[in-house]
Amino acid sequence: MSLRTGVRSLAWVAACALLANAWAAEIPLGERRSGYDLMSRETRAMQDEDATNPGMLWVLDGEALWNRKAGAAERACADCHGDARASMKGVAASYPAFDSSRARPVSLEQRINLCRTGRQKAAPLAYESKELLALSAYVARQSRGLPISILIDARSKPFLEAGREAFHRRQGQLNLACAQCHDDNWGKRLAGSVIPQAHPTGYPLYRLEWQGLGSLQRRLRNCLTGIRAQVPDFGAAELVDLELFLMWRARGMKIETPAVRP
Amino acid sequence: MARAVVTLPAQAKRGEIIEIKTLAQHAMETGFRRTQLGELIPRDIIRRFTCTYNGTEVYRVDLHPAMSANPLIAFTTVATESGALSFQWVGDNGYTVTEIASIRVE
Repeated sequence: MSLRTGVRSLAWVAACALLANAWAAEIPLGERRSGYDLMSRETRAMQDEDATNPGMLWVLDGEALWNRKAGAAERACADCHGDARASMKGVAASYPAFDSSRARPVSLEQRINLCRTGRQKAAPLAYESKELLALSAYVARQSRGLPISILIDARSKPFLEAGREAFHRRQGQLNLACAQCHDDNWGKRLAGSVIPQAHPTGYPLYRLEWQGLGSLQRRLRNCLTGIRAQVPDFGAAELVDLELFLMWRARGMKIETPAVRP
Repeated sequence: MARAVVTLPAQAKRGEIIEIKTLAQHAMETGFRRTQLGELIPRDIIRRFTCTYNGTEVYRVDLHPAMSANPLIAFTTVATESGALSFQWVGDNGYTVTEIASIRVE
């Protein structure tokens, strides 16, 4: 090897190392922690017991909706899917999932609405409506305790990469990337609150600050408002891609739905 | 959909202190908030919660603005006899929810 190529390959290695450094802060798999671990003892107790977890009110509403006939087809979710406790087990842990009719990943809420419009011939439920939150909470509840397992193949890979890019892209008037707080500075405090690692393990979840149940996209939109970035609409492709990346980033972690967060 | 969830032991020994947890679905709108247009959002809260044990009132709470949404009320009572516990939440705008649970006392 000539000196020249030697120097060039050294420069290449250095460049690679630099590039790796820029994203080196990605949290190692073993050090990932759910926001649950950063909560107070009282809030954890509230989540742990169905008797005190206010999210269960939505789960019970969701169960009622699951069995109620809707739309021109006069069909209930249960008419096709049967008992959700069996048929929906582990489903939410694999969403967003690729939908071939849309040629892109869809979130659990979008999947529910696809079923509503396609099979039940009913109007789609509005994002953050009580009904959609209740149904998604009921479906996701069936995955409680199961590990998140997102299928990434050649079709979904570009969307995962788009989500990863969004997570690391500085944006908004504060010029912040998600990763700067949630990869580099988790565990420290932002004002009075502990910065979590941003693993979406418990959505839709009951936030005490919201005094109600909310979806992951509501949370993402909150964060984007916080950094004074332009906030995409509910269901926007950017948000679903980010959701996909976050779920993949939390792969193997256990679903807590309905979680409680401060 | 006004929903309430009550949790208590299905059976207890006579004289035993039992814990009862109740969770009521309610927005508990304080009456102090305003819309983005400056209009006052009218108060809509649960005013009173009562628990009767075989017809005898054993627990009562008056609620006021600035209580959290979906209030969790947990309390204890002494298991005296088998029978029914009735729980009632009464609030603004005709809000009434009643739940009944039974307990076996040996």
